[in-house]
Amino acid sequence: MAKRELQPINAGSMADIAFLLLIFFLVTTTMDSDMGLLRLLPPMPDPNAPVPEASQINDRNILEVKVNQFNVLSVEGDIARFEDLRELTRYFILNPANDLTMSEKELKTIPLFGDVMVSKAVISLQNDRGTTYSHYIAVQNELLAARDELKNELAQSTWGLRYDQLDEEKTKAVDQYYYVPISEAEPKKIGGNK
Amino acid sequence: MSKFKKSTSKNVGSINTASLPDIVFMLLFFFMTVTVLREVELKINVNLPDATEGKKLEKKSLASFIYIGLPVEQLVATFGSEPKIQLNDSFKEVPDIQDFIAQERESLDETDRPKMLVSLKIDRDISMGVVIDVKQALRQANALKIMYANNPVDIIALR
Repeated sequence: MAKRELQPINAGSMADIAFLLLIFFLVTTTMDSDMGLLRLLPPMPDPNAPVPEASQINDRNILEVKVNQFNVLSVEGDIARFEDLRELTRYFILNPANDLTMSEKELKTIPLFGDVMVSKAVISLQNDRGTTYSHYIAVQNELLAARDELKNELAQSTWGLRYDQLDEEKTKAVDQYYYVPISEAEPKKIGGNK
Repeated sequence: MSKFKKSTSKNVGSINTASLPDIVFMLLFFFMTVTVLREVELKINVNLPDATEGKKLEKKSLASFIYIGLPVEQLVATFGSEPKIQLNDSFKEVPDIQDFIAQERESLDETDRPKMLVSLKIDRDISMGVVIDVKQALRQANALKIMYANNPVDIIALR
C-alpha cells in the first residue's frame, strides 16, 4: 500500500479572495477630509461677574462689520462692497497713516520680537436673523483671511517661512503680534473671542 | 576547470507569488481600518457654503456634528420645509442640543474633553436665525470650540 503523503493546501486562491475584499473596502472608503473655519465662541457671561473690560474698549479700536437681512454689508456704518472688505480690514488693523478713527497701537513686549507697536484692533461682526448663512460665512472668511494674511506676511518677512510652517513658539509670537479678536456675539457686553 | 558554471537552461523560472497574499492583506487591513462604515444618514440637504480659509479637521474622533438644513424632498410632506436641526440620526430642536453635547462629551476620554469640537454643517441658504439659536445653545452647553464646515474654493462667488 502506498504511503499517504500530506498534501499542501493550495493557497493560490487566497490572493484572489483578499483582492476581492480589498476592492470592496477600496470602493466603500470615503476619504473626504472635513474643512471648516475654526472659531471660538465667547463663554456665557457670569451674572455675578463685574462689568467685563470689553465694554471699556475704545470706540476707535472697534471695526464694526454688519450684515443685514438683505445681505448688505456695512463697515463702520458705511455700505461696503464685499470685495473691498479684506483690504478695509487690513488697513484698519495696520493703520499706516495713524488715522485717529482707526485702531490705536500700543507698546507690547513679545518674545522673539522684543518691544513692538501692536494694534489694539477688535473686529465686531454683527448679523441679522435674516442674513443668509453663505453671506455670513463669506464675511467671516474675509475677516479671517485679512488677519491670516497679515500673520503670513509677518512670518515671511521675519523668518522667510509661511505662517503654517512656523514652530509652536514662533506661531505664538505671531499670534500675539496680531492679536485681533473677531467677536461675533454681543460685542458690547461680552469680551471678544479669538 | 572554470569556477563559474555556464547556465545550461535558458528558461526563466516563474515568479514566486507566495508573498502576494501578504501584500494584499496589508493593503486590505489598511483600508479596513480607515473605512468609516456608519456615516450619518442625512435627512436634510446640506450644501456647504464656500470659503477659502478653511482648515482641515484633524481629529475626527473629537468632533461632534450638528447638521442644519431643509428636509430632503421625500420628507417634506412629513416634516415641512422649514430648516431643521439633525443630531445623529434624528431631527431635534434647539433645547436638545445641550443634552446632545453632554452626551458627546461623556463619550470622550477625560483627557480629550477639553479638545472637543463641534462642527456645524449648515446649508448655505439657511437664514442666520436658527444658527444664532444653535450658537447660543452651544455657549450654554459650554462647547465653545466650533467649526463652520465649508466647501474649499479658491474664489468666493456670492449670489
